[in-house]
Amino acid sequence: MDWKTPRTGGLALLAAVIVLLPLALANNYWYEVAILIGINAIVCVGLNLLIGYAGQISLGHAGFFGLGAYGSAILTARYGWPPVAALAATTAGVALLALAVGRPILKLKGHYLAMATLGMGIIISIVVVTEDRLTGGPDGMSVPAFTLFGLGLAGERAWYWVIGAALLAAVWVALNLIESPAGRALRALHGSEVGAQVSGIDATRAKVGIFVISAVFASLAGSLTAHYAGFITPGKVGFFHSIELVTMVVFGGMASTFGAVIGAATLTLLPQLLTVLKEYEMVVFGAVMVATMVFLPRGFLPSLMLEIKKKRK
Amino acid sequence: MKTPQLSVTALSKAFGGVLAVDQVSFDLESGKVNSIIGPNGAGKTTLLNMLTGVYAPSAGTVAFEGADVTGLAPHRLAARGMARTFQNLQIFFNMSALENVMVGRHLRERAGWLAAMLRSRRLTEGERESREEAAELLRFVGLGDYLDAQADAMPYGALKRLEIARALGGRPKLLLLDEPAAGLNQTETQAINALIVRLARSGVTVVLVEHNMRLVMGVSDHIVVLDYGRKLCEGSAERVRNDPKVIEAYLGSARAA
Amino acid sequence: MSAQLAQYLLGGLTIGAIYALVALGFAIIYNASHVINFAQGEFVMIGGMATVSLGNAGLPLLLAIPVAVLAAAAVGLALEKFAVEPARGASVVTLIIITIGASILLRGLATLVWDKKLHALQPFSGDQPIELAGATILPQSLWVLGVTLAIVLLLSWFFSRTLTGKAMLATSHNPLAAQLCGVNTRFVLLLSFGLSAALGAIAGILIAPITLTSWDVGVMLGLKGFAAAILGGLGSGAGAVVGGLALGIVESLGAGYLSSAYKDAIAFVLLLAVLFFMPSGLFGKKSAERV
Repeated sequence: MDWKTPRTGGLALLAAVIVLLPLALANNYWYEVAILIGINAIVCVGLNLLIGYAGQISLGHAGFFGLGAYGSAILTARYGWPPVAALAATTAGVALLALAVGRPILKLKGHYLAMATLGMGIIISIVVVTEDRLTGGPDGMSVPAFTLFGLGLAGERAWYWVIGAALLAAVWVALNLIESPAGRALRALHGSEVGAQVSGIDATRAKVGIFVISAVFASLAGSLTAHYAGFITPGKVGFFHSIELVTMVVFGGMASTFGAVIGAATLTLLPQLLTVLKEYEMVVFGAVMVATMVFLPRGFLPSLMLEIKKKRK
Repeated sequence: MKTPQLSVTALSKAFGGVLAVDQVSFDLESGKVNSIIGPNGAGKTTLLNMLTGVYAPSAGTVAFEGADVTGLAPHRLAARGMARTFQNLQIFFNMSALENVMVGRHLRERAGWLAAMLRSRRLTEGERESREEAAELLRFVGLGDYLDAQADAMPYGALKRLEIARALGGRPKLLLLDEPAAGLNQTETQAINALIVRLARSGVTVVLVEHNMRLVMGVSDHIVVLDYGRKLCEGSAERVRNDPKVIEAYLGSARAA
Repeated sequence: MSAQLAQYLLGGLTIGAIYALVALGFAIIYNASHVINFAQGEFVMIGGMATVSLGNAGLPLLLAIPVAVLAAAAVGLALEKFAVEPARGASVVTLIIITIGASILLRGLATLVWDKKLHALQPFSGDQPIELAGATILPQSLWVLGVTLAIVLLLSWFFSRTLTGKAMLATSHNPLAAQLCGVNTRFVLLLSFGLSAALGAIAGILIAPITLTSWDVGVMLGLKGFAAAILGGLGSGAGAVVGGLALGIVESLGAGYLSSAYKDAIAFVLLLAVLFFMPSGLFGKKSAERV
């Protein structure tokens, strides 16, 4: 293995952080925060492939996250399916949906693409809230614990390791995809769509492919959240969650998988710290969003790296 | 009589009320260097864009190796063996020079999405193969010094050749070059000239859209002249150079001179 | 025409007029700056909420309304100056996040300045329903329709007959050329935001007596107004108006005859349908990409 490449170095660092972090986590609350960060990071890594590398946008990814969560929840709680089967079926279902809506949506560009994904996300969240016999409506529903061969998965510590492993796997897969013909095709599309097309790349097919993959990441994260929390509400399916996710990706610096992880970590921690501010939370969060995009449009991490490079000279 | 490799029949393109290309027809043989020339606004780039699927023709047909390819999308034409470069560079500035060329061989890559995500042996071997071939192509076009360069750090002249290297990645049968010498100085233009000759020798059919008359006359086997969207004349360099209609189009009538 | 159908149509027209005003706001800003202002809905909220609290503070309606509209316009100017202007030339994603962040900020401020409760604004001329074609209509609805019509007429006069209006149109077609002709494009940008904010505020004030107002009333209205703007063709004023009215009517009929539970989804299903089959909308221009 070449330890000098950012790839293996970064993966090793991430693994080290995941393994050593529990030493710093004082109580269950902080384990919860860490797990939440991990879950958001998994979604963001997938979303970053779509936004940062392929140059597309989605303002509706919470929809896929929510479908993953509610799919697993409904199949296990209402129909008694074993959690693993529910997870598999839900993931497959979301992938098919993403494939079906992806084709017409990804033929659009710029603002139109943004609005189409927005519309898709909102429709999903309205359906979730309205079909309350199935989903419990605005009040949400409870979700049975995750079991594998009769063994239950419960408690913050156990889930921490599961999410940690899942995040590591997600990052590994994302990095693999980037350093591959498919990954180059996506980056090429971002660089020059017509240049990519004359090189033989079917633009729509490539975009739909990465859309589906990012939807699957979100769906898996959603399913895991449902079983971990034991309860889900429509809040996680809505427009605001979609915006939070996009902000995390952009904040971390697009076209950087590790940036997406850091963006997720930072913007998940921020509201936790802001609850101290109570009623000022929304104002501060909104102000942070605006300020970051105005002053650091490339995202926090790349801008930071740029500053460090400048200081070195 | 050999079937022409590229056969254009009554091709036209209208933008609103403007007829940019008007009923242009010509045939091109394989393995030769063909040029499309004409004054500014003659419709050369529009014609090229129609040939390569970037614009859909308003009328007429294009046949490649006997099959009708009119209106096919660019990636499908690439699959049939057509490649092109652009007048306004369409380089992937977010990637390295090597990666740009690797994208050119996209259709010849064997590792799919699943192999990529799981980093299978097929992928790692394919990556090595791809890098080696891309490096070869960079040397072929004279960019051996830029093997480790980022595209956004390369000078204009090098980028023009980078785009050619990328186009060659797919081992095309027909290569269309849109103003490859635009913005280049004397030395760089000579390098392009030599490259085109090397390409033709390796069996690739070259179609050149160019302004630089010296380059065109020196390197072309066959020339098509356009003016105001219509074909003015076609033939060998000698024939075209002496055609009175061509002279008038370029230099104006004798009275105005 | 059945009384029920008439009822749905009138209701649809009323809310459609509101969507039209919001959509016009989107169109004006988009034309001047190519920015989709996700905070548009918040101007609607500010209009309604400010009028309510000014009224509670003792101001008569006739004074409260213009003050509230001016306040909203001021917020619009501030938004342009502090959030949009510094980010000129940024990517689509960046601008979207900026205006969304601004909308969150504004909502947060609203909960601080006011509260999270629902508020009622008194109807302008009483609430005795009027009989019309077998259906009943509130006097407030007549205000909505009348004022909207007046505004649309005023704006079309403004854009076609006044120098300022024409300067704004010129900037939307070609900012550089407009600048070269002496148009102060920065002023046009500020004016666009101020004008859009005022339009949004007026919409909020008109509808508040019918649907109540609160700190987050702007979210859905903004999104649906945007859907209306896309339906009509992004950037087209006439399109915004037609789109808004059409959306209002379709939504009302859909809620009445198909499913009232999914009423909110109708706008977004329509949005997707337009984007899939007719992205330039009813009145939008198609553009060809030059390579």
